Amino acid sequence: MGLTGWLRWGWRQLTSMRTALVLLFLVALASVPGSIFPQRGMSPEKVQEYFTNNPDLAVWLDRLSLFDVFAAPWFAAIYLLLFTSLAGCVVPRAWQLFQHVRARPPKAPKRFGRLPQHAEFTSEAAPSEVVEAARTALRGRRFRTVVDSGAGGESVASEKGYLGEAGNLLFHLALLALLFAVGLGALFGYRGNLLLTEGKGFSNSLAFYDEYQPGHFVDPEDLAPFQLTLDDFEASFISSGPQTGQPKGFSAKVTYQEEPGGEGKKYDIRVNHPLQVDGAKVYLLGHGYAPTFKITDSEGNVAFDDAVQFLPRETGNLTSEGVLKAPDAKPQLAFQMMFWPTAGASGDGTAIVSTFPGPLNPTVAVMAAFKGDLNMDGGAPQSVFEIDSTKLEMVKLAEDAKVLKLGDKLELPDGAGTLEFTGFKEYGAITVTYDPGRVPALVAGALAILGLVGSFMIRRRRVWVRASVGKDGRTLVEVGGLTLGAATAEFDEIVRELRPDDDGRDTRPQDSEPVATGPIKE
Amino acid sequence: MVDADLAGLSNNLVLGAVLLYVVAMFGYAADLVASPTRAERRALVGAGAPASDEAPEEGKRRVDWGRFAVLITCLGWLAHAAAMIARGVAVERWPWANMYEFVVAICLAAVTAYLVLLYKAKARFLGAFVMVAVVIGLGAATIWLYQEAGAVVPALESYWIAIHVSAAIIASGGFTVGCVASVLYLAAARREAAGPEKSKPGLLDRLPSADVFDGLAYKSVMFVFPIWTFAIIAGAIWADSAWGRYWGWDPKETWSFIVFAIYAGYLHARATAGWKGKKAAAVSLVGYAALLFNLVGVNIFFEGLHSYSGM
Repeated sequence: MGLTGWLRWGWRQLTSMRTALVLLFLVALASVPGSIFPQRGMSPEKVQEYFTNNPDLAVWLDRLSLFDVFAAPWFAAIYLLLFTSLAGCVVPRAWQLFQHVRARPPKAPKRFGRLPQHAEFTSEAAPSEVVEAARTALRGRRFRTVVDSGAGGESVASEKGYLGEAGNLLFHLALLALLFAVGLGALFGYRGNLLLTEGKGFSNSLAFYDEYQPGHFVDPEDLAPFQLTLDDFEASFISSGPQTGQPKGFSAKVTYQEEPGGEGKKYDIRVNHPLQVDGAKVYLLGHGYAPTFKITDSEGNVAFDDAVQFLPRETGNLTSEGVLKAPDAKPQLAFQMMFWPTAGASGDGTAIVSTFPGPLNPTVAVMAAFKGDLNMDGGAPQSVFEIDSTKLEMVKLAEDAKVLKLGDKLELPDGAGTLEFTGFKEYGAITVTYDPGRVPALVAGALAILGLVGSFMIRRRRVWVRASVGKDGRTLVEVGGLTLGAATAEFDEIVRELRPDDDGRDTRPQDSEPVATGPIKE
Repeated sequence: MVDADLAGLSNNLVLGAVLLYVVAMFGYAADLVASPTRAERRALVGAGAPASDEAPEEGKRRVDWGRFAVLITCLGWLAHAAAMIARGVAVERWPWANMYEFVVAICLAAVTAYLVLLYKAKARFLGAFVMVAVVIGLGAATIWLYQEAGAVVPALESYWIAIHVSAAIIASGGFTVGCVASVLYLAAARREAAGPEKSKPGLLDRLPSADVFDGLAYKSVMFVFPIWTFAIIAGAIWADSAWGRYWGWDPKETWSFIVFAIYAGYLHARATAGWKGKKAAAVSLVGYAALLFNLVGVNIFFEGLHSYSGM
């Protein structure tokens, strides 16, 4: 066997049903670790946690791409082989179907008795009339028909049900299209996340996003140029009964302009109700509290007066933590704090916990306070949720001064400054996505289902009718049928339709259910 | 907001349905025991009696356990359906938003699928086995998964719950019946391979031949596979408006894809030389195991976006 021989052999193996089956099972199997291990695409923070908890194991898992299963080379290898195998199977079959549709229905076999469905009766009408009537009846049922005449008499050959195979092919091609649609989204789409506090706005550009995942071919300059302001955020919770604290609804009332200087439009973004603007979609995927603080520094100047976004530590009752940095204060100040929307005593009475996610008793506790140099001049970007304490000095606080209710002030010792808890706002976790593959994927999905239903419901079937002059001078009519897959009742209906009322002798039981079935042999 | 009386009525109706299904299960079992074995059927046909499964002994039997069981199954189905309606009215939403409600709904879909097969394919011999599966399902739901009637989180307040979840329920019900048929196929095929009269006739000899079960399993899966596909795609459309992407390999999404792939494998395997028969049936059982894991295991073991089970 030469090289071409080997290639041919390899291609035949790859496109064989057995290989496709094995690849199909491999894809299923390979997906399993994607549900077992945290995935970077979904929850990068969980991956980080995994690294912290199992450092040695995590390194190895990472080498095997087990934190990025669905982007892993070995996963891609399996599905690309599967889709190649699929294409190698489907494309020749599509060509075959095309040829079958163009070719005439196969001629009637010599003996109808061997067909899975057959019937005989006699008629007064001449053979040509019988055949013509049969042809009309079959055409009425949308069979393709051809009339032959030969030594055995006149006959009509007919075939229909090509849509079954077409549906099958459509399903497989739609899966290929779906893969391309997903790829399209990954290459030309983007996704940006940010936390937006009430009263604040943002433009759809890189600078505003806390997190930004562009496709390979996305130019940051080409993002849809809309702007959006969060006017009001409302969260409502069930306030009584066993489900107390469960969210009832979230709503972000926004004003947006499709382009800078454009007309301001209002929209209410809710869960299941994103905003569509210029091809992009804006979602509300989470929320949290942003307490407001006022800092007066050692010289009596207001060094900070704004809201600070706190991150929820638990989603049930929204116990949150956050960091406040005041670079304008002299000396520079930083605070590490907790926030409870509804502060209450814990079960044993020793600690403060949040007992409800709504703001019934908003309370802040200063966990740690620092003064000195925030180390922000070096130019290295700092997280707004972390304090770089290398050049800071911890300020010792009295235990009873640490907890602040609305309007309470915390005086730092040695006149280093004052922190006032002035109020709170809410923020929405906003996600902006643009995915040009979304609509193609939907169309492909719909076509896949259509193809599946077609391939399961429509069967290719052939019916032959032959009419010849019998020994008694009457016309002997034979009807034969062949169905791909389980036979249908249609054959019996056709026979009933063709048979005259005075059908003379009736040699076979007509209305018995078709028993034997056989595949159509190509 | 929650009508406690109606919710209580719903719970009682579920218990009533379980009791009726248990009675029906014994009825089907009695019917099977009373029906002729294959050898007896052959003998009857040979003697010129009609080749029907049930006709010859119908007159002699005092009680027709089969009909009795079907009647009780229908009553159970009515109680079961009424339980779901009462739950839905009590909480003013679609009654399949947590795992308890979901499993109760799948059991209803499985009984419905069985009744359809009973009507279309005279599959009464499946009755006992479907009842076993459904009683286990409802029992597990009531004992381990039970959730008080209540409101749902905002993410579930969408008309897609009617479309996506009910498609998943119908498909799961159909896969359940397909699984029962596959198990019976494997048992019957083993019995047939062992030779006809090696041992004294057992229950399996009173059931139809392996081919019948194979056909029923295939038909069930073929019917619900497009529905499962539809459930996945409808879920993707919903995810696109609820979570900001149509597919993100959330554990539930991943496992529903795995179920899709395995059942796709079964449908192909059944038509492939070297795979058809026992191997294909085994694939279908693996598919059902993946379906069950997606239903129960994913909620328990993995953290994902589909965390509505209430567990």
